[in-house]
Amino acid sequence: MTKLYKGVDSFETNERKQLPFYIALLAFGIIAPILFPNYILQIAILWVMVLFAQTWDIMGGQMGYNSLGNVTFFGIGMYVSAIVQVGMVYDVGQYTSAAGGAVGTAASLAVGQGKFTADQYYEGIIYGILAAGVVATLFAPLLGWLLFRLRLAYFAIGSLAVALTAPELIGSWQWVGGGGGIAMPVHPGSADARSEFFYMLCFASAIVTFIFIKWLYSTRFKLAINAIRDDEDKAEALGIYTLRHKNIAWAISAFFLGISGAIFGNMTGFIEPLEVAFPTITFGIFMVAMPLLGGKGTFWGPVLGAIVFHIAKELTWTYLLGWQWVALGMLIIITVVFFQQGIMGWAQEKWPSKFGVVIDETAMDARTKEEAS
Amino acid sequence: MFGNLQILYAAPMLNLQLIIDGVLIGAIFALAAYGLALVWGVMNVKNLAQGDFVILGGYIAWYAQKTWGIHPIVMMPAVMVILFIFGWLLYITIIRLVINRDLFTSLLATFGLGLVIQQALNLAFGPEVQVATSGLETRTFFAGLQIAEIKVISLVLCSVLALIIILFMKRSRMGQAIRATSQDARAARIMGIDTDKVYAFTFSLNSAICGAAGVLIAMTWNIQPFYGITYSIRSFVIVTAAGLGNLPGVIIAALGLGAAEQYGGFILGLELQVAFLLIMLLGVLGYRQIQMAKLRQVVQ
Amino acid sequence: MTTSVLEISGVSKAFGGVIANNDISLNVPEGKITGLIGPNGSGKTTLFNSIVGYHPIDDGSIKFQGNEISTMLVQDIARLGLIRTFQQTRIFSKMNCVDNLLISIPHRESTWRDMFTPYDQETLDKAETLLEFVGLYQKRFLIAGELSFGQQRLLEFATALMNNPKVLLLDEPTAGINPTLINGLIDRLHRANTDFGITLFVIEHNMRVIMNLAENIYCLAHGELLAHGTPDEIQNDQRVIDAYLGAH
Repeated sequence: MTKLYKGVDSFETNERKQLPFYIALLAFGIIAPILFPNYILQIAILWVMVLFAQTWDIMGGQMGYNSLGNVTFFGIGMYVSAIVQVGMVYDVGQYTSAAGGAVGTAASLAVGQGKFTADQYYEGIIYGILAAGVVATLFAPLLGWLLFRLRLAYFAIGSLAVALTAPELIGSWQWVGGGGGIAMPVHPGSADARSEFFYMLCFASAIVTFIFIKWLYSTRFKLAINAIRDDEDKAEALGIYTLRHKNIAWAISAFFLGISGAIFGNMTGFIEPLEVAFPTITFGIFMVAMPLLGGKGTFWGPVLGAIVFHIAKELTWTYLLGWQWVALGMLIIITVVFFQQGIMGWAQEKWPSKFGVVIDETAMDARTKEEAS
Repeated sequence: MFGNLQILYAAPMLNLQLIIDGVLIGAIFALAAYGLALVWGVMNVKNLAQGDFVILGGYIAWYAQKTWGIHPIVMMPAVMVILFIFGWLLYITIIRLVINRDLFTSLLATFGLGLVIQQALNLAFGPEVQVATSGLETRTFFAGLQIAEIKVISLVLCSVLALIIILFMKRSRMGQAIRATSQDARAARIMGIDTDKVYAFTFSLNSAICGAAGVLIAMTWNIQPFYGITYSIRSFVIVTAAGLGNLPGVIIAALGLGAAEQYGGFILGLELQVAFLLIMLLGVLGYRQIQMAKLRQVVQ
Repeated sequence: MTTSVLEISGVSKAFGGVIANNDISLNVPEGKITGLIGPNGSGKTTLFNSIVGYHPIDDGSIKFQGNEISTMLVQDIARLGLIRTFQQTRIFSKMNCVDNLLISIPHRESTWRDMFTPYDQETLDKAETLLEFVGLYQKRFLIAGELSFGQQRLLEFATALMNNPKVLLLDEPTAGINPTLINGLIDRLHRANTDFGITLFVIEHNMRVIMNLAENIYCLAHGELLAHGTPDEIQNDQRVIDAYLGAH
């Protein structure tokens, strides 16, 4: 009878030790919006951040391909969803051409901007989110083909270039509204109902991502991408299918980012290429900073980093308005320079035995004798 | 787009105009690219804030002109000194700590730095596009060919600066120390070279070079707090195309990029000029990949 | 007459103006231990790199079990069962020893479904057995990057064995190992050959090691094949002695 081996007994693989944290997260997610209804959208963004951090870490922390361009999938998902949602009811070209701007003007209302029945809305958003995930996933191997023969800094710069090119290209594509953007369907409910609806979408997408990634890291896939990170040449020299793993890793990130983009686009109400869909120097960099802060290459690191970063961001926005971007830039520099291993990395250095890094004093013979008896 | 192509075909003088404009501005790109190659080659730091240093230099010159009426060209040496000191301070506080770490660290640290500079400039001067006036005119030559005097002066200044730097690197002690360190830092240290000082000097020199480029950009083109990233990208395209340590290559690539951008901007329209630049970067990276693939290597 | 599992004919490789390998031909017999010696710079590692597909060769042919491999990529050659260890010892530094071994299982029959299953007990047992074989069992939960150099060498050897190779190319396996441990390593190399049936092709500088280990030795100098024979023949070959002592 074989027992499946999931890894050495460390905090990150011991489900019992992590259980309180799972419960804490779940409880927070369910109770917080009820306790703090005025902050419901900020907490929703927290879940978006957790998703951002976890998906980036698959590529960056676990596989060593530090992408500065993951936000590309976010934007692709956002636009795909918008196209599906609008396209199911109206003609997309006409809809976007009515001055893409003020919803509610005679011209915009004439082409139905923002006007969707409740049924159309919910149906559209479901299909939109699904389509967003699927299409974004298809772009991953395409970008991989373009960029996977680059390593380290070149990969980062190349991915950054892709993320900067996307809004420029979409911004000149008139069918999707060009630089003017697209007005998203308006939620058919009260402001409160709307907030709750989007909160649930953000929370649910974060939970699904969390569970999926937890499962993924218990399989051989995790060690394979770690091997690619630690020494890709050696991984190839052992016969590992590196390109396959790289594409799948990016496809997984792309899928969840696409879904996240679709949700976020709807939540914002109005999408446009540079600021909303492909915010490379904001969300794009947050995606990198959060896992670094929490500890890249670990499971809880990105989650922790997202929480700490989000809180820090909210505080600086409230108390340092005007200087918030400067403060945030400094936080990034300080993290990168002084605290590269992140919170979990620091914990692993301080308490290695808690993470399973121990010398086993029992000899092998003693073990086999024990098994035989 | 095709309409524009037809115009190019029909009007040879337009081609000449684009090429000349491209070369003139390419000279400034060459400066910034050389600085990047220097820092990259000596310290293995890929400075993503390169363009932001350029814009910073431009803003200092513009501000000096606006406030005290100092002509930007006169201000140029001062800008270089200010940015040299700025670079030195940055080195001591941040850069020194990221040099020997993994490559992603220096990339991200400089990116964060660029972010801070952009936002600080935005807070200080607002998001409007600014221009520094040179007080010089544009001359018209045969068949409507227009050349702005300031652009020619900028080319001369670029060349003079480049010459000074080359002589410095070849003849001076520090220049030799820099070249030794870039070849083998440990050996240099054993020989008694203070590599820390070499790194500081290199980074500050790059900063100063960017400052000079920025002053010229402010006069020949325009500046805005968030334009920095386009200059960083241009520098990367040039350095990736030419390779490190290949100064003639950097110059040719820079002039070529300048001309290519002018053509791209004309054929595809100005709103796609940045996209064109980015596609050039991806193209250069792609070309390198294909080159390396023949040797079964990867680009790193 | 034993078959040659690895046939190298007329292989040449130059880097720019430097000719690293010039028209080299040799055969590695199956199931035996073959040595490759030569002074520094004679082109031994370059030859290894050419064999495993690390770079294309300029001229010649390399056949593994009768199939031409000189145009194949590294991963494909590895999946055929030709594995190498590196001169500078490469291990997966951020994982522990057990994980290093687990990831080294052969991938040639791995399906898409295999990518997403956890490792089974059988694989874990094999990993632990190999770790015991190289004496790292007690240290198996330590992060590989924190082991001493000699221990990393042994770990790398274990990962190579884990991959069930048919032929193992070892690049200076005893370099940097404490002399007291070298006998143990020679013993393990013999056992890998006799117990696991792996053909070994070993680059070595340590004459005592290679003369005790290999049944058949090739000597390179200045990028060319200088001599070939049994350890006795090689030890008494004047050309080999001259190459090492520098008289030309």
